[in-house]
Amino acid sequence: MSTLDIIFQQLVNGLILGSFYSLVALGYSMVYGIIKLLNFAHGDIYMVGSFVGLILLGLLSPFLGAGWAGILVAMIISMILVGLLGVFIQRIAYVPMLSAPRLSILITALAVSMVLYNFVMSMTSGEYKAFPVDLGYEGLEFGHVFITYTQIILVSSTALLMTVLHFFINKTMLGKAMRAISIDQDACRLMGINVNSIIALTFFVGSALACAAGVMAGVYYGSIHFFMGFLIGLKAFTAAVIGGIGSIPGAVLGGLILGLLESFGTQLPFIGSEWKDVFAFGILILLLLFKPTGLLGKTEIERM
Amino acid sequence: MSEVILKITDLNAHYGHIHALRGISLEVKAGQIVTLLGANGAGKSTTMKCISGLLKPTGGKIEFLGESIFGVSPHEIVKKGLIHVPEGRRIFKGMTIQENLELGSFTLKDDAERKRRMEYVYELFPVLGERRHRDSGMLSGGEQQMLAMGRALMVGQKLVLLDEPSMGLAPFLVKNIMKVVKQLNQEGITILLVEQNAKMALEVADYGYVVETGAIVMHDAAQILKSDERIINAYLGE
Repeated sequence: MSTLDIIFQQLVNGLILGSFYSLVALGYSMVYGIIKLLNFAHGDIYMVGSFVGLILLGLLSPFLGAGWAGILVAMIISMILVGLLGVFIQRIAYVPMLSAPRLSILITALAVSMVLYNFVMSMTSGEYKAFPVDLGYEGLEFGHVFITYTQIILVSSTALLMTVLHFFINKTMLGKAMRAISIDQDACRLMGINVNSIIALTFFVGSALACAAGVMAGVYYGSIHFFMGFLIGLKAFTAAVIGGIGSIPGAVLGGLILGLLESFGTQLPFIGSEWKDVFAFGILILLLLFKPTGLLGKTEIERM
Repeated sequence: MSEVILKITDLNAHYGHIHALRGISLEVKAGQIVTLLGANGAGKSTTMKCISGLLKPTGGKIEFLGESIFGVSPHEIVKKGLIHVPEGRRIFKGMTIQENLELGSFTLKDDAERKRRMEYVYELFPVLGERRHRDSGMLSGGEQQMLAMGRALMVGQKLVLLDEPSMGLAPFLVKNIMKVVKQLNQEGITILLVEQNAKMALEVADYGYVVETGAIVMHDAAQILKSDERIINAYLGE
């Protein structure tokens, strides 16, 4: 393979990885934007989403097959279910903590994370589960570079989800209310906006996106595990910080940058793929040192 | 006599252990401009917050259009036809002027009505119309006040609470804002106005209440308050 081929191949790998990071980072960033909570359970929502997708695929494949039709239907239903799970978690775990000091709600988020992955661990006996899909290995060949249709479909689906989100946030009243809540909650109340239901909606959307990423990761990697949310949770957090936490375009940008840096990082001399996490978190540390607001973040003014 | 649309009886409110309102009673009649006068910290803004539901009062009665709104959530109160333009404008900086106005019409379901009202606000404040797609954070203080008031006019409200609309504005802007207040009132909107600028407030108001340390110490027609010696000494400073 020529250098150009390697670059192109890593570009594809990085885009896929980055798509997953971006989808999870979006939920991180949206929730942080409105209630200033670093939702450390968000990676586990991604994991639960993957398992819900697996169960639904199992139920649906006798009727729809193990191809894209089944995956699409399973993904949409799991997004709705996991979105509702996100709202449920917000209602029982976070709402009672909203007026408590910020550290308490952060610890609550860690507890939620543990509940989720321990629950899935006990249900699966901690084993890897194979994702029952059958998509074949066809694809397009560009010289020495091979891209499967699966890869193309996953990246396009992510792009589609992000476009829909962009439209929702910028063009609909509910989306505008979401942005307004991140600016001034009391002013929103005075406009007749039910702040609590908009916060719940944000959890729904964020969790549904993480679930989509979870199902896609299952499809892409072929097997899933109760602890898969931990690392991607941290990575998505890193992505959100790179982009500027609270910023929606920032989350997408941060995810893609992180994905690309990781894939290209593995090609550096003396740095193999076992170093890619070191690479990702090294970037996080550098960024926090030199540009803590992230690439697209605004300097936050502390208000009373 | 026109009907009383807002009636507050013996309103009490606390901030922790601080007893901020100690039995405020007042009435606003349809079509009036009523002003609350008083020094900093007297309880004017607190009264406003209790009416719009931002702050939960600890005792008393608040009736709007004959219905109790005591302890009702703010977003429910807005739907009843009462809107509060808070102190400090509280516009959504980082969003465009048009988006701010759209959010003002959040409870409105009818898109045509929303468009019509937006044109009305742009007519009232042409400077907002010219910059509708700009970030509202770029506006000057006076323009931000116009936006905050415009936002409150996006759903046909019966009662508008205006908290310190003149704060931090140059005198000619204050005059402008007060002119609009008067105009809105002539169009049929009832206004409860909190002002530190007592002279200006009494100029436009029909009726005034004077608040001191969380209680009403005096109330009368604005014409009478304007010539009352105690008011002149304490608030008009001439």
